[in-house]
Amino acid sequence: MARATAFGGWQGRLLRVDLERGTASSEPIDRAVLEKYVGGRGLGVWYLSQEVDPTVDPLSPDNKLIFATGPLTGTSAPAGSRQMLVTKSPLTGAVATSNTGGYFGAELKFAGYDVVIVEKAATAPVYLWIEDDRVELRSAEDVWGREVSATTHILVDETHEEAKVMCIGPAGENLVKISSIMNDMGRAAGRSGVGAVMGSKKLKAIVVRGTRGIRVADPAGFVQAVQDVRDHELLNQFMTVTVAEYGTSDVVEFSNEFGLLPTRNFQQGTFEGAAAIGGTAVSRYNLKGISKTKACFGCPTACGRVTVVEHGQFKGRGEGPEYETLGSLGAVCGISDVEAILKSNYLCNELGMDTISAGVTMACAMELVEKGYVSEDEVGRPLSFGDGAAVVELLQKTALREGFGDALAEGSYRLADSHGHPELSMTVKKLEFPNYDPRGGNGYALAYATQSRGACHIRNEVHCVEFFGISLLGITQEEGENIDRFDPEGKAEVAKNIQDYYCMIDSSGMCNFLVIAMPHAVAFMGLIEKATGIDFGGLDGFLRAGEAIFNLERLFNLGAGLTSADDTLPRRMLEEPFVEGASKGHVPKLEVMLPEYYALRGWDADGVPTPDRLAELGVGPVAAI
Amino acid sequence: MKPQLVVNPDRCTGCRACETACSFAHYEEFNPQRSAVRVSIFTEQCFFLPVVCLQCSDPACVAVCPSGAMHADEINGGFVVLVDRERCVGCHMCVLACPFGCVEDDGASSVRKCDLCDGDPACVQACATKALDYSGVNSLASTRRKALAERMRLEEGWR
Repeated sequence: MARATAFGGWQGRLLRVDLERGTASSEPIDRAVLEKYVGGRGLGVWYLSQEVDPTVDPLSPDNKLIFATGPLTGTSAPAGSRQMLVTKSPLTGAVATSNTGGYFGAELKFAGYDVVIVEKAATAPVYLWIEDDRVELRSAEDVWGREVSATTHILVDETHEEAKVMCIGPAGENLVKISSIMNDMGRAAGRSGVGAVMGSKKLKAIVVRGTRGIRVADPAGFVQAVQDVRDHELLNQFMTVTVAEYGTSDVVEFSNEFGLLPTRNFQQGTFEGAAAIGGTAVSRYNLKGISKTKACFGCPTACGRVTVVEHGQFKGRGEGPEYETLGSLGAVCGISDVEAILKSNYLCNELGMDTISAGVTMACAMELVEKGYVSEDEVGRPLSFGDGAAVVELLQKTALREGFGDALAEGSYRLADSHGHPELSMTVKKLEFPNYDPRGGNGYALAYATQSRGACHIRNEVHCVEFFGISLLGITQEEGENIDRFDPEGKAEVAKNIQDYYCMIDSSGMCNFLVIAMPHAVAFMGLIEKATGIDFGGLDGFLRAGEAIFNLERLFNLGAGLTSADDTLPRRMLEEPFVEGASKGHVPKLEVMLPEYYALRGWDADGVPTPDRLAELGVGPVAAI
Repeated sequence: MKPQLVVNPDRCTGCRACETACSFAHYEEFNPQRSAVRVSIFTEQCFFLPVVCLQCSDPACVAVCPSGAMHADEINGGFVVLVDRERCVGCHMCVLACPFGCVEDDGASSVRKCDLCDGDPACVQACATKALDYSGVNSLASTRRKALAERMRLEEGWR
């Protein structure tokens, strides 16, 4: 069927919900905005920068919570499952961009919306029920206080058996600053405390079912492009050999070999218990049954899984764990009891908490106790590295803000700072580190220091070219090849380009896992072009579009009061090299790379974008399209 | 062997690529609600079953059809049940008769069911794990026999 206009991928509509008035209305999205900011992260950040004063209190009704899908969400693009949650973070005070897969994002598109913007706050708990054009706010009194899986079951019963649910757990309700928003039970928009924003609005859940189709601008070209990507050998190897077998849990031993597996609050880069919590150890807990792994919408890789601990004090079942959880709730806490980690993972999912921030905050508390800065009286129980039972107990107290849990609920920076030792918080911009210690490579260290939302691996996977042997943007020529991870030379450009590229990945609606397994960035760009009809003008234009998004985030952060002083790493990572392991003796040379990075970005010495660069990118304090 | 569309739930990961492939092949849009194959999802049990017309050799939908629109035919020497939209009166008796929920109102005065895409099913092409296969049910039986033997060899100490 020929289409009158080459418009596709998007639904072209936005749903705006005012919780104070209890109203919802849909409006068209300007095509020029779609073409410039594409979707997901770009589109969400554009609405945030247009509509939210960067100085607002993140937990006040003036903050907005934006759910943004991309043009590939819900299509046949591999793992076109993603949506981005954008808001001002209560944890960092900076822009929050929190991404999730599962089925929810695709269902939102099928209901006819690219974006949902939630404004103001309700006076009593509510949930939003969207069924195409029919949008209703309903009382959530019966699910308020309930855990994620119970909430999901009840709301499916109250709406439609095919409905998809995205909700907060008790942690989000209690404004825990490391709380997540969960969808399809086991999938998390984990980082930056987005759950607390939803909790502050007394919005327990969004439930959606959609019956509208998604069309693409060039149907034949799009389907061929998808087929080309799926036929690519690396994608198939990645899919069938690496990730499908172990999920990402196998990375534990890999990172340990490279000497960058954060251990005991980042005091070491190797963990003697790595094998005990690695892929093989975890796979023994896989649910026995007919399916080993589970996929997000449209994903050929299927990296998710359900695990079970049958007996003992850590008995339970649920989705996970993946690498970051094994690291944060394992090695970072010095815990080698894999059953304790699994239980902690299940609890985080049910209570609605980010496993990374939760683990790193626990580890911070352990070190504060170890060094005598926090007493066991204050904690209310003994606490030391390696104590899995303590973590399991404290996670529950954190979600409910009970006792010492109230201090933990503030995240590691506020915890350490309020006890006089902010240097023991392993954070950038108050966001807890993921599980690649920056002493293992200069490029990703710089990327963590400068990423808009704080210490984050998934907005800029520079580690792919520094030790994973995965080629990105032609930075390395062959699979298996790495650039010298300890050499700061040229890393500013590498970090900048990968950050700009990831702005586009995060705006597309596709999962970055599948993008990095693609033959080349051009193939990925082609999928977006054929879906939407946009012509980016080659890879340079594509990266420029990403750079515009990155600068828009920078302007929001500067408006929120962040400065170049926030583009740094914890003192431990800059001054204390590891004394053992494959990364020993190295610290990232941030002072060398940062000025070069600012110059490449067209930012002045204070990290402020110059008017010239903003004009080139078409980004302004009030973005002119 | 006569080809049949075979579902192997052992292999399904719940990605639903079959649903977008089917709706795109028939309507040029991605829309699970217009797909003739639908994956039933039990997230917590990690159990997924693509449910699609089994092309019964004694189809209830054909037996109840008052207009003769629902009829048996052959593709690649195999059995297929098709809807003749010209003859369909939109009474939905076939929807009521199908015990598997694999015939649906198509919102355009007729019904939607799997037509095996003229002998080259789009869902099979899209399935990364071969949970959907267009070979024959006996291939599933042989796969299961082999898997049983493999389990005995690995898990029960047989050699």
